[in-house]
Amino acid sequence: MSIEWYIVLSSLLFAIGATGILLRRSPIVILLCLELMLNAGNLALIAFSRMVGNEEGQIFALVVMVVAACEVVIGLGLIVALFRRRLPLDVDELRELRG
Amino acid sequence: MEEVLFFGAALGTLGGAVGVIALRNPFYGVLALIVHLFSLAVLFLLLSAAFLAAAQVVVYAGAVMVLYVFVVAYIGGTGESAWEPIPGQRFLALLLGAAIFIELAIAVLASSLLALGTDGPDVEPGFGDPAEIGTLLLEKFLVPFEASSILLLLAAVGAVVLAGRRSETTVGGDVT
Repeated sequence: MSIEWYIVLSSLLFAIGATGILLRRSPIVILLCLELMLNAGNLALIAFSRMVGNEEGQIFALVVMVVAACEVVIGLGLIVALFRRRLPLDVDELRELRG
Repeated sequence: MEEVLFFGAALGTLGGAVGVIALRNPFYGVLALIVHLFSLAVLFLLLSAAFLAAAQVVVYAGAVMVLYVFVVAYIGGTGESAWEPIPGQRFLALLLGAAIFIELAIAVLASSLLALGTDGPDVEPGFGDPAEIGTLLLEKFLVPFEASSILLLLAAVGAVVLAGRRSETTVGGDVT
């Protein structure tokens, strides 16, 4: 399979993730959509790393995985804290910072 | 054979992704993301990134998704209301998502990377296996490796601070 296919698939997955973030209002689903976008980036990184025949892009993808894991941990911690304070789990009602 | 695997896995990733954004119950969304991640691991294998495929299955489908399932079970998998704060939000979101895809597709098609249309150069059988990745991580990329371990430690401490249960008498413990 030529690399182009992987890149197009990766952009399609990224677009689906971005649509999900615009579409959904539950913070958990927004975190899931962030995962989709990060994984689309990972797929593109690994495809490009295969394209140049060099493994350094895979290291980059590994670092992206680490950052994604950290983001999930902090995000889920925030969601649990919101739930404990009985705040609504809806990003449209959590708008205190909007002024 | 490679085409069959690619299109099967691509369908899996796309189906999982659409499932995540379309299913109302977050619990089913997490399950759809697991399908997506497993199919993505197959694609990584096709791109001869064996170590990353294994890491994807172990770290994501194993650890991160268990965390998601626990949190969804803890806060209760309630679907969101159909109320739209912005009129026409659904239509606008789909339109903007399609716009992002078209933009990225134009960027790919118009790129001057000639190697994009090829399968990539022939690589030796050990390309992307744990030994090579480990050598790179510990020799050339030692600083990013250590930085990511510090980042993981910070995230773990941060999660405990954010979500930990505290006694009411703790000084300054009024965050939660």
